Amino acid sequence: MNGLQVVWENRAVFLWGAGNTVSLVLGCLLLSLPLGVLGAVVLTEAAAPLRRLLAELVDLLRCVPFLLLAYVVYYGLPELGLRLDSWWAGLVSLTLYTTAYLAEIFRSAFRAVAKDDIEAAQAFGLSRSLLYRRIILPQVAITAAPMIGNQIITTIRDSALLMIITVQELTFAANFVSANHFTPFAPFAAAVGLYLLLSLVVEEGVRRMERVRRLRYG
Amino acid sequence: MAETVPAIAVRGVCKDFGGFEALRDIDLDIAPGTTTCILGPSGSGKSTLLRCLNWLEEPSAGSIRIDGAPIGRIGTGKAARPMDRRALAAARTRIAMVFQHFALWPHLTVLGNVTEAPVHVLGRPRREAEAEGRSILARVGLAEKADMYPHTLSGGQKQRVAISRALAMRPRVILFDEPTSALDPEMVGEVLGVIRELAREGLTMVIVTHEMSFARDVADTIVFMEGGCIREVATPHDFFTAPRTDRAKGFILRGSSTP
Repeated sequence: MNGLQVVWENRAVFLWGAGNTVSLVLGCLLLSLPLGVLGAVVLTEAAAPLRRLLAELVDLLRCVPFLLLAYVVYYGLPELGLRLDSWWAGLVSLTLYTTAYLAEIFRSAFRAVAKDDIEAAQAFGLSRSLLYRRIILPQVAITAAPMIGNQIITTIRDSALLMIITVQELTFAANFVSANHFTPFAPFAAAVGLYLLLSLVVEEGVRRMERVRRLRYG
Repeated sequence: MAETVPAIAVRGVCKDFGGFEALRDIDLDIAPGTTTCILGPSGSGKSTLLRCLNWLEEPSAGSIRIDGAPIGRIGTGKAARPMDRRALAAARTRIAMVFQHFALWPHLTVLGNVTEAPVHVLGRPRREAEAEGRSILARVGLAEKADMYPHTLSGGQKQRVAISRALAMRPRVILFDEPTSALDPEMVGEVLGVIRELAREGLTMVIVTHEMSFARDVADTIVFMEGGCIREVATPHDFFTAPRTDRAKGFILRGSSTP
């Protein structure tokens, strides 16, 4: 049986794996985008002790290899009495990790918003929350889109490491098929193709934001 | 008849930038319905004073009242305490501002810029605010630009949008911080024309400017500043024909040759 046939006959396994990858990444973004914004607001606005604490936490998360973080969440937390099944452990570790990076991306994007824009908002009586919701975040969504897109692609790639803690995502599925049928090339190539497809979807999103940016900012 | 409450009352305002005294003990009343031009050499504190009026710059000492109500700080002397953010934001809705570099919000359309604060801060119905916004834009000759983004406009057009944004607040006072300094010479006229029109309508305006002939023409009161102090408060006629201080004399002589 040739490799392509193996892939085709195991398409359900691949789709299951890809489905888990997508659900993990989407779940992660659903949580880490708002958390990242919140983190960036704290890093920008909060009083020194809280701000410094969060900055240290963000630095810590960013310097831990992702695999190690996943190990800690999956194998370490049960020792403290918190046992998560592998998908949830994967979601938690992916979200923690991505949030740390997004908080830094948003923080620097906040700083890039023109001081004049913020001053005008204050002069016209916009509250702090209106300032963020109406002036800063809409601009940041457009200007930081390429960096956020990059981070999403990194998150998709990081999610592959979750196979080590037995999450049945796309790389897990490819490994499973290849091991069971002794054909490494085609299953892994198929997985690569599917990852590429996901990245292209993200890049298309970034391109659309770029078009919006050019329309509005020239 | 009781004396009218000044639109803006400045009392004992000082501003210290880490050892540099930008403003020294400023007292000033702005009468409602008048146009006041603040003149003076660069670094004399005129923009700092203007920015203190809506608390963008926090005075180191002194108080400011808008229509009799305090802004930024409540109480005087030892009992003075800062206003909370919400009260400060509410106070600021009564004094609109036009900035030197326009400071239009780039992600909003021209109409979006004009209706942003009326809708989201004052809570006016969007439809009503948009209708009013369009009519204000028509008044400044920009009706057809309402749905464009700011980056497509010339400097003069941007500043007219910024003036429209200020008018849409129906403010008690409009502050202008060197409204024509960032403009190409051929666009200065269109912006000054709009401001002149507003002066004629009796809006209360405080204008920091280097445009001497404009100030002479449009102002009810000239405030001359130098070294962080107000040196003269006079009518344009008195100020330009018979300045009381030597510094003002020198400034007028130099000012007529440089913008």
